[in-house]
Amino acid sequence: MALRGDWMYENNGGTCVAIAGIDYCVVAADTRLSVGYNILTRDHSKICSLADKVVLASSGFQGDIRALHKNLAARHLLYQHQHNKQMSCPAMGQLLSNTLYYKRFFPYYAFNVLGGLDNEGKGCVFTYDAVGSYERVGYSTQGSGSSLIMPVLDNQLKSPSPLLLPARDAVTPLSETEAVDLVKDVFASATERDIYTGDKLEIVVINASGIKREYLELRKD
Amino acid sequence: MLLLLFRLSFLSFFPSLSLSQHFAPTGTKPHQRISVSLNFKQRKQREEKRRMMMKLDTSGLESFSAAVPSAMAAAEDQLFAPPSFDLPAGCADFDKFQMEAKQTLKHAKGTTTLAFIFNQGVIVAADSRASMGGYISSQSVKKIIEINPYMLGTMAGGAADCQFWHRNLGIKCRLHELANKRRISVTGASKLLANILYSYRGMGLSIGTMIAGWDEKGPGLYYVDSEGGRLKGNRFSVGSGSPYAYGVLDNGYRPDMTVDEAHELARRAIYHATFRDGASGGVVSVYHVGPNGWKKLSGDDVSELHYKYYPVQPTPVEHEMVDAPPA
Repeated sequence: MALRGDWMYENNGGTCVAIAGIDYCVVAADTRLSVGYNILTRDHSKICSLADKVVLASSGFQGDIRALHKNLAARHLLYQHQHNKQMSCPAMGQLLSNTLYYKRFFPYYAFNVLGGLDNEGKGCVFTYDAVGSYERVGYSTQGSGSSLIMPVLDNQLKSPSPLLLPARDAVTPLSETEAVDLVKDVFASATERDIYTGDKLEIVVINASGIKREYLELRKD
Repeated sequence: MLLLLFRLSFLSFFPSLSLSQHFAPTGTKPHQRISVSLNFKQRKQREEKRRMMMKLDTSGLESFSAAVPSAMAAAEDQLFAPPSFDLPAGCADFDKFQMEAKQTLKHAKGTTTLAFIFNQGVIVAADSRASMGGYISSQSVKKIIEINPYMLGTMAGGAADCQFWHRNLGIKCRLHELANKRRISVTGASKLLANILYSYRGMGLSIGTMIAGWDEKGPGLYYVDSEGGRLKGNRFSVGSGSPYAYGVLDNGYRPDMTVDEAHELARRAIYHATFRDGASGGVVSVYHVGPNGWKKLSGDDVSELHYKYYPVQPTPVEHEMVDAPPA
C-alpha cells in the first residue's frame, strides 16, 4: 500500500517453509501475489533454484525479491566460472547474508529461507531476517503465515538446541514423504486463517537424485 | 574481492551526504565521483543566482529563465512560487527516510550477555533468544561469537549488525596476524571494532558487544557499542536482562574464585535474567577464556536449570483422589 508518501516498499504477502531431513530438504511456498486486499495473480512462484543443491524461497516485497534472486543467480554464475564447481548450501548461505547486509541502510524487504544439501549430503536450512542475520536450523518458516505455521512445526519437529553441551542429537526423524505431508497439512491450515496465503502450493524437494517439483491446490478464497 | 565490494558499497551508503553538499551555495567541491555532472550544474546555478539573487534553488527551471531574462521582474512571483508539482516523496529529508526504513525492519533486540575477569581468566556467558517485537524468532541464536581461538565477542542489539561486524573483525584480526607475524591484542581488536562503529555513528546500527580474550598482557575485556563507546573493565553485562544479571553477578563476585565457581556464578546470573526478562531465554552458554584460548564450559536449557535450582516440592495432600474401583 503506497499510500504513505515516503514508504517505498509494499508487502505482497505469501508464506515460505523449509524442512531439513537426514538426506533431503523440502522447500515450499504458496503462489498468491497480493497487494492490500487485492489478489494480483494466483500463479506467482516465490521459489528460486540457485544451484543444483540450493533452493531459495522468499516472501515480502516482490520487487526486492526479484532483484535479490537475480543478484544471487549472477553471483553463482561468477562463482562457477571462477571455481569450476557449484556453490554449496553453506557458502550460498553466507553469500545471501552478506548480500542482504550490504543494503543495511535501504534493506531488501525480503524474508528468506534457504534450503539444500550440505557438503555431506545432509539436509540444511538457513533462516534469515531482512538485513542478513542468519542461522542454520532444522526447519523454518517466513512470511505472513509464519506465526501460524511455526508453532505447529515446533510441536512436530522441535529438536534439542545445537547450543546444548553435552551435545544432543538433533536430526529430524521424519522421512521424506512424511515431511512433504506435514508441509501440505501446515499450508492447508495456514490458508484457512491467513488471507495472504492460498491458491496453490509449490513444493520443491532436494535430495541426492536432484530437484523435484510438485504442486497442490489450496483454497482460492 | 570481498573487501572491494565492501568499499563500493560504502559509496552507496553516503548518498545523503553528497546531496546535501550539492545544495550548498558555497564553492565546496563534492568529493564523490558520483557528482561530477553536478559540478557543471552548480556553476550554472551560481551564475543565475548572481544575476537574479534568487533565494530558491530553481535549477529545474534554468532553461526558462535563460530564455526570458527581461520578463524576470514580472515573472518573479511565478519563479519564487513553489514548483507546481510535488517533490518526489522522501526528498525533503533523505536521512529521515533511511532511519525509518531501518527502524521498521529492525530485528532481534532483547538479550542478556555478561562477561567478567577473575584470577583464572575471563568468563563469558549469554542466553540464546532472538525476538522481533513480541514474536520469538529463534531460541537457538549463537550470541557468543568465536572471533579466533583466543578471543570471543558477545552479541546484543541487532543480530545482523553484530554477526556481520564480528565476522569482519575476525577477518581484520587475521589480516593483522599475517601482516605483523603476531596475534592482535584484545586492546587492538576492540579498537578496530570501535573505530568502525564510530564511523557509522548516528546511522542506526545497534550493537552492544563485549570483546573478551587472552593476550600477552593477560586477560582482557572491553565493552564496545554502536554509539562509538569503548570501555575497559572487569565486569560487564549487556542487554535488556542486564540489570537482573548484574544483581546476581555483583553479589557473588570474588576475584579469587575457581573456574567452577565462576562458571556457576555466570550461569546463575543469566538464568535469573531469563527468569525475569521476557526478551531473554533459551539456552545459557558459558565460555572460559584462559591462557590457551577459549573453551565452552556448558550449554543448559533454561527451563531445565529452573527445576534443577528449584526442584518441585511434593506438597502434602489432605484428601487424595483415587480412581473409583471398577464396580
